[in-house]
Amino acid sequence: MTQATTEATVPYEEALAAYDPVLGLEVHVELNTATKMFCGCATTFGAQPNSQVCPVCLGLPGALPVVNEKGVESAIRIGLALNCEIAPWCRFARKNYFYPDMPKNFQTSQYDEPIAFDGHLDVELDDGTTYRVLIERAHMEEDTGKSTHVGGATGRIHGATHSLVDYNRAGIPLIEIVTKPMVGAGERAPEIARAYVATLRDLLAALGVSDVRMEQGSMRCDVNLSLMPTGADRFGTRSETKNVNSLRSVERAVRFEIQRHAAILASGGSVTQETRHWHEDTGITTSGREKSDAEDYRYFPEPDLVPIAPAADWVERLRESLPEPPAARRRRLQGEWGYADLEMRDVVNAGLLDLIEETVAAGASPAGARKWWSGEIARRANADGRDVPAYAAAPRRDPRPCGGVGVVGHQRPTQ
Amino acid sequence: MSELTRADVAHLAGLARIDLSDAELDKMVGELGIILESVATVQNAPIADVEPMSHPMPLVNVTRADVVRASLTPEQALAGAPEQDQQRFSVPRILDAE
Amino acid sequence: MTTELITATAAELAARLAAREISSVEVTQAHLDRTAAVDGAVHSYLHVDAEGALASARAVDRRRAAGESMPTLAGVPIAVKDVMTTAGLPTTCGSRILQGWIPPYDSTVVARLKAAGLPILGKTNMDEFAMGSSTEHSAYGPSRNPWDLDRIPGGSGGGSSSVLASFQAPLATGTDTGGSIRQPAAVTGTVGTKPTYGGVSRYGLVALASSLDQAGPCARTVLDTALLHEVMAGHDPMDSTSIDAPVPAVVEAARRADVAGMRIGIVRELTGEGFQAGVQQRFDEAVRHLVDAGAQVVEVSCPSFVYALAAYYLILPSEASSNLAKFDAMRYGLRVLPAGDDDPSAEQVMAATREAGFGDEVKRRIILGTYALSSGYYDAYYGSAQKVRRLISDDFAAAFASADVLVSPTAPTTAFKLGDKLDDPMAMYLNDIATIPANLAGVPGMSVPSGLAPEDGLPVGLQILAPAMQDQRLYAVGAALEARLQAAWGAPLLASAPDLTAATAKGA
Repeated sequence: MTQATTEATVPYEEALAAYDPVLGLEVHVELNTATKMFCGCATTFGAQPNSQVCPVCLGLPGALPVVNEKGVESAIRIGLALNCEIAPWCRFARKNYFYPDMPKNFQTSQYDEPIAFDGHLDVELDDGTTYRVLIERAHMEEDTGKSTHVGGATGRIHGATHSLVDYNRAGIPLIEIVTKPMVGAGERAPEIARAYVATLRDLLAALGVSDVRMEQGSMRCDVNLSLMPTGADRFGTRSETKNVNSLRSVERAVRFEIQRHAAILASGGSVTQETRHWHEDTGITTSGREKSDAEDYRYFPEPDLVPIAPAADWVERLRESLPEPPAARRRRLQGEWGYADLEMRDVVNAGLLDLIEETVAAGASPAGARKWWSGEIARRANADGRDVPAYAAAPRRDPRPCGGVGVVGHQRPTQ
Repeated sequence: MSELTRADVAHLAGLARIDLSDAELDKMVGELGIILESVATVQNAPIADVEPMSHPMPLVNVTRADVVRASLTPEQALAGAPEQDQQRFSVPRILDAE
Repeated sequence: MTTELITATAAELAARLAAREISSVEVTQAHLDRTAAVDGAVHSYLHVDAEGALASARAVDRRRAAGESMPTLAGVPIAVKDVMTTAGLPTTCGSRILQGWIPPYDSTVVARLKAAGLPILGKTNMDEFAMGSSTEHSAYGPSRNPWDLDRIPGGSGGGSSSVLASFQAPLATGTDTGGSIRQPAAVTGTVGTKPTYGGVSRYGLVALASSLDQAGPCARTVLDTALLHEVMAGHDPMDSTSIDAPVPAVVEAARRADVAGMRIGIVRELTGEGFQAGVQQRFDEAVRHLVDAGAQVVEVSCPSFVYALAAYYLILPSEASSNLAKFDAMRYGLRVLPAGDDDPSAEQVMAATREAGFGDEVKRRIILGTYALSSGYYDAYYGSAQKVRRLISDDFAAAFASADVLVSPTAPTTAFKLGDKLDDPMAMYLNDIATIPANLAGVPGMSVPSGLAPEDGLPVGLQILAPAMQDQRLYAVGAALEARLQAAWGAPLLASAPDLTAATAKGA
């Protein structure tokens, strides 16, 4: 059988002519809780190494976990926003494997009893059509520490002589959101993947549960992809591309993997089930650790934590408190403001919705508010040396481009 | 019941990250065989419709408020480290990223 | 004076300390002196902290002299099992892999002992990570039974049982996963309680099997055990499985020692066949004493108990294989480089360290647990064991419908000789046959001395079991039995133990 981990590709159209892609996305979201999932250590980003650790998250002998209530609440809110069912009773489980950045050598996670399951998220595509992504599950788990590889030529893991580990990130709450396999997306698979991640990001931001900064790793995406011959109904062997950390990369990685899988299959080879790494600079994926059948996480219910049984009335209160879904809000505001589709899209892409809404609420005309803010953001992006979408996507704790500008702004465009 | 082979024990030792010597492997295959035969009797119990019990007490929903507690100092955290560098735990080269 | 201080009960010492007839420094020093004299032969301790203990004693004496009102046991020294973290003191769990590890934090139990003013004499020996019934699996050599230095002091808490039986401490802490408090108590003529699961915080106890582990008090009398129980127990927000309810009134029950009208259930499956003749004899006599004290005897059957040992030796290794994964040479403890490789990977260093740092029994159980949790075998082994666990819990519920407490011999035999069962793991496991069901179901259990077996003159223990959160019943029954037996014997059982100073002098 042909070696199946090459980076050779065939043209995209050729791949799609012969094969149907099957796409699955796993998104890890770091919650923005004040403390870690199972201990009271702070979660501040960028702190001094190993300054936010305690016996629990350092996995010291004798330490025991206690669940962060806010973590459970956020998980339920995410589940509800994704139209999931919320488990009336579920447990944590231990996922056992050895890795130096994982202090206990097991990850406290959820296995066959996720807190949220069977949901969906409607995703608007560029042409205005809606694609419904089915959600398999959303479950709670904890993040690992961070390793810096020393001695290798590029700071990469290969060729390194040793690694330095900082456990500040270990134990930060993660929600893993897993889609059901998407079948029949065809040539639009890359676009759907990107739109899904973007929609999810907006939704999580609206919920206020995460910073959703892909470039800082607080939202990370794994792309599972396989191909099957057009018209077939049995899934092919999949690859799992890890840590694809921008919207653009999600789209490119899906596209690349479709082309790569097609090249292997077209030449009579078979795809290896493996983990792959995405390279932003070259736009390709390369083989990582082989995911052998021998891999065995030996999951079992976490005996140090008791089951979570969210009270029905609590879940209902959380459901009632959900913010308006971003897509619905956009439709409502567009109707209220009377913007053309293209105008609305530009406003959304520039991240101006909140600002215009505030400005209009303060008495400005919708058209005036849009014109003033569009000019203002172009000016600031220009001053920053970036294009408008990059500027709009840049990290901001405050949802506004800069604090307090709304006050100034609401006076200017009324004139 | 499938018999536990030497290769099985070697595989399990690999999963458990214990570099057993050949002599230990030989000895353990025999010992584990005897123990397994004995513990396998759990399957003879009348357990057909029994709900598994993971926790001895039926507690649920034990959580804590999202309030920051004092962490260890980095010096305390690193005090037991076999090696350290730049306020981090120094570990041997890692074969591949998870 | 010194002999009197070391043979006194904790309750007596507490009373005399409170009356300021004696000082904590005197009491603590007397015990340290005793350790200097006998521990070379007994080997109860892995680490003695004379300086720390005396400093705590001085602090208590000072506060008392200043007129402060102090907790009952303030100034009474205690020995702590080496499985509990102690800030600034070594904590090895009897394992080479933790040699030299100094925890940066106190376990909740130790924090409570300190808050109650008990000077900590040192850390007691144990089977490595509490896996064993004899202390022979300690990486630092076995402890010996003060009744016969060629015999085992029980395990895993043989350091704590022998420290009491050799009068090196009036109180000690233990942990009990399948009998590690009760079986050592039985074979040394001392008292030990495994409280209800969740009754004492597990925070800072190096975990063997999380769903079975429970810390508890060890002493020479039932009342002393109750006094220590009260200090150790109570809700701890750092342990999610800790019970948020008042501590059962164990001291009051020990003082009242009242069993009138109580229904005592004899478990059919835990008597008779498999129990040494003298063990059975002392058990039967003890039951008659309880009847004389006003209790009623009923026979109960717990048919699933025959599967308890098998279920236990699947659940324990499974949880242990995961709990002990953290010992990997990356963050603390031993780091061993594989021989003949000058550029080993982290994975190789982990495997070489775990090979060198763990003893045979620990490796055996880790491999067994790894197997029981493997995909494809989970349902047959771990899954089935969890179902048996439910059956055992149901058996207890049914038994406690007709009995207020259950009784049995604590261990099937008296103390066996060092080395006798070391090469036969299954024979060693069978020691726990009577104690294991309580751990699986989470119910409390106690061992109290019931006499010496006529055939070998060695101590026998009686086990008392009660429903969850009814720990006080153990103390009522234990104290009633203790009072009647001591009246019959004319002295505490340990008064007939051999004089160790002679043995030590001879051995030295």
